Amino acid sequence: MAVFAAIVFVAIPLLRLAVPPDHPLHVSDYYLLLLGKFMCYAMVALAMDLIWGYAGILSLGHGLFFALGGYSMGMYLMREIGTEGQYGSHLPDYMVFLDWKEFPWYWAGSEYFALAVLKVLLVPGLLAFVFGWFAFRSRIKGVYFSIITQALTFAFMLLFFRNDTGFGGNNGFTDFKRILGFSLAEPGTKAALMATTGLFLLLALLACRYIVSSKFGRVLAAIRDAESRTMFCGYNTRHYKLFVWVFSAVLCGIAGALYVPQVGIINPGEMSPANSIEIAIWTAVGGRGTLIGAAAGAGIVNGAKSWFTMAFPEFWLYFLGALFIVVTLYLPRGLAGLFARRRDAA
Amino acid sequence: MNTIDNALEPSGETTGLGHVLQPGKIDVSHGTILYVDDISVSFDGFKALNGLTLVLDAGELRCVIGPNGAGKTTMMDVITGKTRPDSGTAFLGQTLDLTRLTEHEIARLGIGRKFQKPTVFEAHSVFENLELAMKSDKGVWHSLFARLDSADTDRIAAMLERIGLKAQAGRPAGMLSHGQKQWLEIGMLLMQDPQVLLLDEPVAGMTDEETARTAELLQSLAGRHTIVVVEHDMEFVASIARKVTVLHEGRVLAEGPMDLIQNDERVIEVYLGR
Repeated sequence: MAVFAAIVFVAIPLLRLAVPPDHPLHVSDYYLLLLGKFMCYAMVALAMDLIWGYAGILSLGHGLFFALGGYSMGMYLMREIGTEGQYGSHLPDYMVFLDWKEFPWYWAGSEYFALAVLKVLLVPGLLAFVFGWFAFRSRIKGVYFSIITQALTFAFMLLFFRNDTGFGGNNGFTDFKRILGFSLAEPGTKAALMATTGLFLLLALLACRYIVSSKFGRVLAAIRDAESRTMFCGYNTRHYKLFVWVFSAVLCGIAGALYVPQVGIINPGEMSPANSIEIAIWTAVGGRGTLIGAAAGAGIVNGAKSWFTMAFPEFWLYFLGALFIVVTLYLPRGLAGLFARRRDAA
Repeated sequence: MNTIDNALEPSGETTGLGHVLQPGKIDVSHGTILYVDDISVSFDGFKALNGLTLVLDAGELRCVIGPNGAGKTTMMDVITGKTRPDSGTAFLGQTLDLTRLTEHEIARLGIGRKFQKPTVFEAHSVFENLELAMKSDKGVWHSLFARLDSADTDRIAAMLERIGLKAQAGRPAGMLSHGQKQWLEIGMLLMQDPQVLLLDEPVAGMTDEETARTAELLQSLAGRHTIVVVEHDMEFVASIARKVTVLHEGRVLAEGPMDLIQNDERVIEVYLGR
């Protein structure tokens, strides 16, 4: 963990900023961005592992919470553009294009960073709370729950695709200029965003590890393995599921908010059902119920994706499917399980 | 003034005017702990319970027998809040209406249940199984910050001793034998400090020796806990039962001491067989 901190907080930023571009150890913006992105994905995988690996709830809609966190941050970033858009208006370009004269009511206060941060936490959190409240009260479980979460993210994608929704339709938000006054084009800003992501990933890992090693975590695993026994032990399993569900959604929202300023775009494609399924695959490949394995799985699968989509762009999805099948059949505990087995044998 | 003083006395204490009720406390002042009154449950037209009435005295050890489909498991489902009856009432003590409470609320009030198929947390160690079952604050916040104190570990250690699983404390419960799982599950119920224990086939799959030890354990618990045993093993029933209830087609067919039941014409007809 100290190694991770040293690399993310010291080595990489130094190699980017202090080493000249022609030096072989120089880290380019491309790899800086890749690392930042992967760490956001790793946070999402942690969130997924918490509810799937430990509580046994498979969500196929976690991309939605990630996207909502991203949009919440994106609204603020749109306001930071100011009047530097194509049309020179204080409104975002797409609103000018739609011939809107002023911001819709739900954009009120979006120019304040603090409010954006609050929304990053509250919007995914509230949606997860309301959805979880009804789903867990109706005792919806297993594959039914997964399908409903998939439908939920699909419905939101359709909603966000509409121009009238006021979030830029299928183009979403892009062309961001600065965050908190710092230019997003500056290498220093990029390195700082990457390091911030690393910090949050570390905090998320510690928080998740605390949760799963507490009595709460043991109750979660008990719910996963024998829910009715857990109820007859006197636990209100609904409250436990709801808590971890909302926590997981908020974690995704934070990851989304860190992702958008680095990548520079957020659009409804992030809510597509396939995206959410991919999250489940990262977690399965890395190893369910291990936290660190899931986080590593996000990096490994996305690393493979970056390389594959450059080398053999048309075969990536076949590879992803094959990977999932192989892991499911031969590595039920993922790559982390492979390491654990080796350690047991030694 | 007098009535206010009385309110501080434990429930069940009698005064000249009767006794004062305390919310959430089991009131056994009349000696009865469980009243199941005229309960009916039907699933898609099939009457699983048909006007079932059952009264249990505090501290009693009762065996419930009956052929398959007689409604034994459904009866337990109603008492533990898993199934809502179509009609009838079920009361714990004088005051607590079980048909209005949820599973975890009923469990917290002090009704423990063992399933037909032994159900323990297989991925958790034997120790953790007992820890999770132990009577304590079972809310989300408490669990996030809970720590075991020495009194807790002592209680768990004592229970491990009692159910003969001390040597297995650190093993995952999934690795236990069938009989050991049955014992662990009974141990988990006892950790909840229950008033009423509902045991669905507690000796199924046990060796003769394990069965004998289970009979001994249940005998030792009677008096302090009220125990309801649903069982097919007639030898086992005969060895522990003081009073037997025979269910048939969702209602009580006969009730009484074992030797009387064994000679009851109707019981022989439907169940014991000629």
